[in-house]
Amino acid sequence: MTGAQDLLRAIHASCRHPWTLMEVCGGQTHALLRHGIDQLLPPQLTLIHGPGCPVCVTASEHIDQAIALAQQADVILCTYGDMLRVPGSDGRDLLGVRALGGAVRVVYAPLDVLAIAQAHPRQRVVFLAVGFETTAPATALLALGALQLELHNLELLVGHVRVPPVLDHLLANPACRVQAVLAAGHVCAVMGDAQYRHLVAQHRRPIVITGFSPVELLQGILAAIRQLEAGCWELENAYPQAVQPSGNPGSRALLERVFEPATAPWRGLGVIPGGGYRLRPPFDQLAPAPTAGTGQTGAPARDPCRAGAVLQGLITPRQCPHFGGRCTPDHPLGAPMVSSEGACAAYQRYGKR
Amino acid sequence: MTANACIELAHGGGGRLSQQLLQELVLPGLGSSPGVLHDAALLPPHAGPLAFTTDSFVVRPLVFPGGDIGRLAVLGSVNDLAMAGARPLALNLGLILEEGLPIATLQQVLGSIRDSAAACGVAIHTGDTKVVERGKGDGLYINTSAIGQLQPGLEIHPGRVQPGDAVLVSGDLGRHGLAILAARAELGLETALASDLAPLLEPVQALLAAGLQLHCLRDLTRGGLAAAIEEIARAANCQIELEEEAIPLHPAVEGACRLLGLDPLSLANEGRMVVLLPTPQAEAALAQLRRFQPEARWIGTVTAPLAGAPPLKQLHPVSLRGALGVLRPLELSRGDQLPRIC
Repeated sequence: MTGAQDLLRAIHASCRHPWTLMEVCGGQTHALLRHGIDQLLPPQLTLIHGPGCPVCVTASEHIDQAIALAQQADVILCTYGDMLRVPGSDGRDLLGVRALGGAVRVVYAPLDVLAIAQAHPRQRVVFLAVGFETTAPATALLALGALQLELHNLELLVGHVRVPPVLDHLLANPACRVQAVLAAGHVCAVMGDAQYRHLVAQHRRPIVITGFSPVELLQGILAAIRQLEAGCWELENAYPQAVQPSGNPGSRALLERVFEPATAPWRGLGVIPGGGYRLRPPFDQLAPAPTAGTGQTGAPARDPCRAGAVLQGLITPRQCPHFGGRCTPDHPLGAPMVSSEGACAAYQRYGKR
Repeated sequence: MTANACIELAHGGGGRLSQQLLQELVLPGLGSSPGVLHDAALLPPHAGPLAFTTDSFVVRPLVFPGGDIGRLAVLGSVNDLAMAGARPLALNLGLILEEGLPIATLQQVLGSIRDSAAACGVAIHTGDTKVVERGKGDGLYINTSAIGQLQPGLEIHPGRVQPGDAVLVSGDLGRHGLAILAARAELGLETALASDLAPLLEPVQALLAAGLQLHCLRDLTRGGLAAAIEEIARAANCQIELEEEAIPLHPAVEGACRLLGLDPLSLANEGRMVVLLPTPQAEAALAQLRRFQPEARWIGTVTAPLAGAPPLKQLHPVSLRGALGVLRPLELSRGDQLPRIC
């Protein structure tokens, strides 16, 4: 990888001061650790891993509700494979529900749920829809399909979240050490850059739209360092091959039609104003009725997982007292150890010190 | 034997239907002549060391691109023998049939067993058939055991692995796992790729005939390369470094793994092995392996003893060197590779 070596040399030559960058997306965290890029960067550069792991930030309320639904004899619960091992607020997960006979199906594409609903007209087919602006358009297509086909047995348990409000929340925290942000290229490919321009102006910190391969990550890091060293803050697109300023108009229109921004809980981070999506009318008829025994009733059990501090970059996974001890990939206390994009899973998998 | 074209519980009841199943279907299907059967098969006396192995097969679907459970069951045990350097002498066949299994499927599988055993130069010497109620089995489970002979003095096992050994793979990885995933049709995954299911007897015999000092052989089945190489490193008490870029993957396997968030090194194979032998013999061994699979590669080295290594190495004795030259520990998958979300 000659391009990567050239970029590394340029980064070492440019970086004169200690800087702290945050890569937003869990996919970026994993790529950085997988390729060992963190070990090749100047020692004065600190990378903080951001909240961009969709599985990690899905609120435990949604998982509890999915578990309660999956236990009902007339329900087929469909979701992405990563969600099966995420513990709910009492430590149970969907994999355990399936082992006890619950109908839990893994899907790759939300539209596959249409066929499942058509094949099982007497069952309630519930899709636990999670993820950022990247996966929400596919859920929107499913919602459109369900209404067009008049499928009365298909329900959507929506846990979709939006990135810019949570970035705003993190950067506004006085304890936040982040000096520049590597924004997630895939989210920007859908949504465009307008919301990020606003964040740059408000928080006076550089944001660089960054991709996921080693070379793309190094390009993003170099651009951020050059801005920091020059004392400026701008929105920069280091991933122009995938990201247009206007994003993907088709996907944005689809999101606009089916969803509206809503205040939403993020696991470990609390309730974020505008931090999620909810179904607009008439699509809100697809939302399942609240299940007895879940939701707002009762205070949540004390959660030993420090995911909130990890997802905000306040501690590294290794600084968590449970990392590698009580909490391992086989016995996770929280989602960042489960998810293929979780920071704790990445530290464990790639043996990061 | 029955008007219904499927297996019934009575086929396992020990009565007339059991007799008919054996005499009219199983034995002819395997190419054996019906005759007097006894409780035990007698094997001729044999001088010299023997190898003995067993394996059970529970694959779903029963027939997949590139093979079926019958061929898998024969090659699985014969390949296990080959990993000790042995040639098969006798095979056993245990069939567990689920009520409702189509007779045609059973015939197809029996035909595969017959052809695969013939190709490996071995016969079925003994066997057993049971029938379980509908819903208590996945159509058909098979167990095979095999006895093999090996040349006196041949010692192929992880205990012989030592620092300085080269690590080779006999072909590209992950085709079987991906073909099975696609054949289950639950994921909407389509691929033209077939399973890599293949006999390893001949490549091993070719390596032995070339006079190479094989320290260890291991066929890569479920758990893939990752599980096999980690097991060897632990058993040999050695550290192993693999070059990630050298590990051969078909572009379709690489692409599907990236899309689905699967680890190609943990995908199952059924016709691939790792070979560990002294580094000066690596090129000669590759030349032999490439006669059977052009994708055979030298993928790593046994670097040092594990004793006295730092704690992280004790935890992960195998490391992968990535494209940028950085080493990272090889971690085993939990055993259930779940697809990721985006």
